[in-house]
Amino acid sequence: MGLMTILAAAGPWPVKTVAARAADALPGSLWLSVAYMAIALLAVAGLVAVLGMGLIYFERKVSGHFQCRLGPMRVGPHGILQTVADTVKLLIKEDIIPQKADQAMHLVAPMFSMAATVLVLAVLPYSPVLQIADVNIGVLYVTAVSGLGVIGILLGGWSSNNKWSLIGAMRAAAQIISYEISATLALLAVVLFAGTLSLAGIVQSQADGWWIWRAPGVGLLAFIIYIIASTAEINRTPFDIPEGESELTAGFHTEYSGLRFSFFFLAEFINMFVVAALTATLFLGGWMPFMIGGLETFNGVMALVPPSLWFLLKTAALVFVLMWFRWTFPRLRVDQMMRLEWKFLLPIGFVNLTAAAVLVLFNAYFFSGR
Amino acid sequence: MTVTIKTLNDLVRPPTAADSPMATQEYFVNMGPQHPIAHGSLRLVLRLDGETVRQVIPVPGFVHRGLEKMAEHLNPRQIIHLTDRMDYLSALMNNWAFSKTVEKAAGIATSARIETIRTLMAELQRLQSHVLWWGVLGMDLGALTAFLYGFRDREIIGRLFEETIGARLTMNYIQPGGVMYDIRADFAAKVKELIKYLTRVIGEYDILLSGNAILQERLRRIGILSAERALSLGCTGPVLRGSGVPYDLRKVEPYGVYDKVEFDVVIGTQGDCWDRYCVRIEEMRQSIRIVEQLIDAVPEGPHMVMKFGAKIKIPEGMHYGHLETARGVLGVLLVSDGKSDAPQRVHFRSPNFNNLWAITAIAPGWRIADIIAIQSSLDLVIPDIDR
Repeated sequence: MGLMTILAAAGPWPVKTVAARAADALPGSLWLSVAYMAIALLAVAGLVAVLGMGLIYFERKVSGHFQCRLGPMRVGPHGILQTVADTVKLLIKEDIIPQKADQAMHLVAPMFSMAATVLVLAVLPYSPVLQIADVNIGVLYVTAVSGLGVIGILLGGWSSNNKWSLIGAMRAAAQIISYEISATLALLAVVLFAGTLSLAGIVQSQADGWWIWRAPGVGLLAFIIYIIASTAEINRTPFDIPEGESELTAGFHTEYSGLRFSFFFLAEFINMFVVAALTATLFLGGWMPFMIGGLETFNGVMALVPPSLWFLLKTAALVFVLMWFRWTFPRLRVDQMMRLEWKFLLPIGFVNLTAAAVLVLFNAYFFSGR
Repeated sequence: MTVTIKTLNDLVRPPTAADSPMATQEYFVNMGPQHPIAHGSLRLVLRLDGETVRQVIPVPGFVHRGLEKMAEHLNPRQIIHLTDRMDYLSALMNNWAFSKTVEKAAGIATSARIETIRTLMAELQRLQSHVLWWGVLGMDLGALTAFLYGFRDREIIGRLFEETIGARLTMNYIQPGGVMYDIRADFAAKVKELIKYLTRVIGEYDILLSGNAILQERLRRIGILSAERALSLGCTGPVLRGSGVPYDLRKVEPYGVYDKVEFDVVIGTQGDCWDRYCVRIEEMRQSIRIVEQLIDAVPEGPHMVMKFGAKIKIPEGMHYGHLETARGVLGVLLVSDGKSDAPQRVHFRSPNFNNLWAITAIAPGWRIADIIAIQSSLDLVIPDIDR
């Protein structure tokens, strides 16, 4: 009972998205409504820029410390301005389009990759009051939109008119489409338990306990499947086969330079954030604080931490895990990667989903008695 | 025998139903000379069917500096400088191979101290070379952290070389008639410290890479080189031993003080990439064993039996000498007319050149990613191929 009291004291967690505020303001003042939308757009744009810079710096520092070195140290204190310097360099770099490339396709490919990523940012629940739009088909929307990213990669690889790029793009298409199935199956297990597709709704459904342990066993299994499948979906080691720098020079973005390259690069890093944020939202309670039933003082302290910080902490921890993968594991071969998906992850995912359905049917949750 | 190939397309075999149920078209891709896998500048022309490799045509020669021709105008002491620049990761062993040949030809007898120092240094360099190979293999297979670890440990051995020799890569240390500088008083203590450290980090290597399921997937049963094939291609060193042939010049024709130390020749069983990997990892431990036995047993004496600058007269005729570098047998052929300082002809039988062609034999049928694993497991140093 204690947990519920604390949660009740911490607030009923009313969710109010920016889109809802804009809609509420519309009858009164058109301009207020427009202002809300403008704020939302600016916030996403700012988030993309800050995330890109922050994550690239974070990755370089993490990799540096994994490899017994310091990482960037020269530009600014502890190299915090290194990414700024790199960004400026990328901006003023010559933008090369190969002569025999399909120019139009070459041009739009990075935009596709970037757009697919940014669109997901708009529905993530950062905190009860910090969400741009709560789509009632949130999970479906996320899987559908993030699937668009592969078109950018495929276009980029195809239009470059380079054999290495083409091989990279083909690998990427096969890989991303395959692993999307497993990722979606893992997400569906949570959807079954939460009983809603809305991301804010899924977070709220975890007030009694995060799905990773509240759904008996299947939650943890779905979490593991989702982490593996989404690592593959965002092309990070051990699944960085489409880029495979030692094999395909740079894979699908071999022929890209300057700003266009940085779009692919940025999309990759923001994808990492998106995956971590989604995992945190679906399995780790999103912006819900960590609480243990019965420990009143502990729960009281936990409730003091603002929800947005909880969300950020969980996401950062998962981002660190993804980086940890990257700086530890070698790369799989393309057929081994496909075998892992179709022969292991997919059957396990199906069994897991069925088990989840049965558990939900018999209402077999943990912490459901309270 | 002449081989005429008009264009690469002449090599293309039209697809047959046996290849694939779909009508596919073979194509060529240049892997290198500018490619991350071409550590240096090696061009591999791949004939591919999708991702499957049908044929590999190595095109070496991008780092050809004409070392053998240059050697015809230099005296033996000067040629030592050139040998550094062949297989730069076995520079000391290259020095030694040439010095050994010259000493044998000119009848220069060295002391036990010189031979012990040479053996010690050669084993330290074998360690250094294998440590770097391990890192590079990690990088080639996508584990970049291993690469940095490899370089970190190579640096520690390199510092020891720098203290004694004054150089880190092109050592120019082992000379006909001795070694350039004597070892320092604290050398033994530092080597012991190094060995303690390396024993620990080789254990770490096993934890980080050897025990990794992905790495084993990438190496096991990949690129199998049979013992007969390895022998017929003239492969030597860990590549040959990985195929199960216990041929190591350190045992077969002991030189230096290898006959006085105990060590095992490590061999593989199947000849796949994993065997070559394990052979090198285990060779590191054997090198440590050798260094451990020698480090306290360096006899007293001079480090040079002849005066610096003393002319070396190589008698008329052909002279051959060889030894085991980190990559295999380095043979040195000297032809002298007995009059001039410079030899008439110098030829190096470099281990990497022969090992390179193993890729043509074992790569077909595997994927592009396996080419990387195979080439890494062959541990090629390109400047040694091209000379």
